[in-house]
Amino acid sequence: MSAFSRRRLLGWTGAGAAAVGVGAVAGCAAAPAAPGPAQRVVPFRGEHQAGIVTPAQDRLHFVALDVITDDREELRALLQRWTAAAERMTAGAETTPGGATGGNPNSPPDDTGEALGLPAASLTLTFGVGASLFAKVGLDPSLVPPGLAELPRFAGDQLDPALSGGDLCIQACSDDPQVAVHAVRNLVRMGFGTTAVRWSQLGFGRTSSTSTSQETHRNLFGFKDGTNNLKAEDPDGLRDQVWVPADARPAWLAGGSYLVARRIRMHIEIWDRTSLVEQEVIIGRTKDEGAAFGAAAEFDPADFAATDETGAPRIAVDAHIRLSSAESLGGVRILRRGYNFVDGSDGQGHLNAGLFFIAFMNDPQAQFVPMQRALSTKDVLMEYIEHTGSAVFACPAGLGEGGYWGQSLFEA
Amino acid sequence: MSRRTPAAVGLAVLGLAMAGCTSTAPVDAGAGGPITVAAADDACDVSTTEAPAGTISFDITNGGSKVTEFYLYATGGRIMGEVENIGPGLSRQLIVEVPEGGEYETACKPGMVGDGIRGAFTVTGSAQRSVDTDTRLAEATAGYQRYVNSQVEALVPKTQEFVDAVVAGDVEGAKALFPIARTYWERIEPVAESFGDLDPRIDGRDDGEPGVEFTGFHRLERDLWQDGLQPDSTAIADMLMDDITELANRVPSVELTPLNLANGAKELLDEVATGKITGEEDRYSHTDLWDFRANVDGSQGAIAALRPVIDERDPALGPLLDERFAAVDALLENYRDGDGFVLYTALTPDDIKAMTEAVDALGEPVSQVAGVVSS
Ligand SMILES: [Cu+2]
Repeated sequence: MSAFSRRRLLGWTGAGAAAVGVGAVAGCAAAPAAPGPAQRVVPFRGEHQAGIVTPAQDRLHFVALDVITDDREELRALLQRWTAAAERMTAGAETTPGGATGGNPNSPPDDTGEALGLPAASLTLTFGVGASLFAKVGLDPSLVPPGLAELPRFAGDQLDPALSGGDLCIQACSDDPQVAVHAVRNLVRMGFGTTAVRWSQLGFGRTSSTSTSQETHRNLFGFKDGTNNLKAEDPDGLRDQVWVPADARPAWLAGGSYLVARRIRMHIEIWDRTSLVEQEVIIGRTKDEGAAFGAAAEFDPADFAATDETGAPRIAVDAHIRLSSAESLGGVRILRRGYNFVDGSDGQGHLNAGLFFIAFMNDPQAQFVPMQRALSTKDVLMEYIEHTGSAVFACPAGLGEGGYWGQSLFEA
Repeated sequence: MSRRTPAAVGLAVLGLAMAGCTSTAPVDAGAGGPITVAAADDACDVSTTEAPAGTISFDITNGGSKVTEFYLYATGGRIMGEVENIGPGLSRQLIVEVPEGGEYETACKPGMVGDGIRGAFTVTGSAQRSVDTDTRLAEATAGYQRYVNSQVEALVPKTQEFVDAVVAGDVEGAKALFPIARTYWERIEPVAESFGDLDPRIDGRDDGEPGVEFTGFHRLERDLWQDGLQPDSTAIADMLMDDITELANRVPSVELTPLNLANGAKELLDEVATGKITGEEDRYSHTDLWDFRANVDGSQGAIAALRPVIDERDPALGPLLDERFAAVDALLENYRDGDGFVLYTALTPDDIKAMTEAVDALGEPVSQVAGVVSS
């Protein structure tokens, strides 16, 4: 029994006394939250969904949801409510006008309130659907896009079903973790009864840059990871590798993209006992500058043909950057948008940490699958990591005025 | 169990009017005369399924071998009237005021469990042209007070049976009666918890708080399932009976408001989410699903009493509540085992997740009711 219960105030006794307190709270918090500085608002609507080529923010809250109704109209209504709330939140506003403190004091507030007074902080909300959604709500099987085909099992996969799959996903990225968490929490709450959380992941420290204006950040192994990422400033690369073409079938995904998510647990303590030279050989880059072996600076092109004085390849045949390079994958590239994560410790005193890998592409089978197959079978890094979660989602194109998440699919 | 602090504010005393109560005395039955109900173990034959609005009388005869109950329900499971504890061979009368026409349901509950044998019942016309909001709200609290009263009426004898078994050293008998007696407690837990002195004595758990004696249901649960009956088990059992008797005497003095009902309905679901889904409440017996069922019943009882007000102010909310309560009911039915439920220890993580989802889904619309009734 706690010494003080907030609930008692509103409970079966003392209603009169409680009303005074509630009224006072409502009165002083009635002023609306100040909108954030305009430059930190990422437009919600546009040709493509925000949160894909948007310069990668520093924080992530990703959630995969199961749909628990078979009523398609109920789901559609939720998607419309979600869209309205999402658009408001990305502009730095509450889910509804006055939602946090402006309503009936006897009702739980519409908006949970932890983002009151915080700026939009570059919040983006990106929506996707999984292959399992279609049968569940009776959508025509011909609408399942080819890219949602199940990923093959890769060598060393230790996938936990409780961290994999999902009928829907929402990726919230922001410069402020509280803003991202607020967005997901409120959308999840609106979905109770229609959707249920399957799994979620918090991330920090973007591990890749999606714009040439950004520095390359480091992963938890201490390496720059994403130097050769596709960037927003490369429209031809995005067209060829990221966006689903306008003439693709099914048409509802035209202009969209596929999101591949992999939760990669890193065995941090083991890695930390590895010598610097071995770490660098495994990756194929120097740790301090991030330059490919044989190159001087981070962005100097990697020369995979170069050999050392003994005739051996300067960048090892099984180096991480070689195996994942466009050169060794027939020109295939992806747009990586991963985040570091630390989910506390694992009960054995080791960090439960790693990389929450997110990548966007227009053909997972032709892009992610060959890359991961090469890495899972040849990459020495596999000794230090374990893939524990996996999911693929189809993210439709951006929304025009009045459009809602999933509209192109639900009205296909 | 309560983690709540003792009530800081004194309870106003309110004489509880026993509206809609049962009677064995002959009564002028009003329009059309009494409707007869032939109840059996597998039948509930109501002589007519239509009556004009106003005072409606049912003469119920139990021709079966099980103790039965008879109910008249309105939309959303709102109890218009009920007769409990009709033994085999006995007849009882239910006289109920139904001011408004509409679709109702009759039900016999042989064995006093489950949804019972339901039948449609149509009330025609209207005995009351318009009901203002204050009247509706007053009817809601009065209706819920009737519900609480009926639960207390069963709580006292069922606790007595349980206590008698403990005192007699009948461990198996006491174990079987434990979840049954608790059902009536858990249905009205927010009311019971308003007695800050009684609640910890009756339903406290052993959280190792120094200076707090561990008594009540859960202490006996520990003795029965884990430690074996102790030298003081009899004294603990007698004290439980005294406390329950005192509770029954004090319940009629609880002053209820519509807001209390709405918040109580939500609190009961919070109890489910924090105590029953986690298996925390009945940690020795693992009979948590009985309590789960009872908390949901109690929540529905409070919401049902408010239903006319809800329907008037937010027509979309009532059907949504019906749907979400039905989803929880359907889910719980999967875990039925005879007249009771499987033990918590038989549940898989997937079972628990499904229950959490259903209670989350129900909790959101239930949390809206307080705002609706107070707007
Ligand atoms: Cu309790």
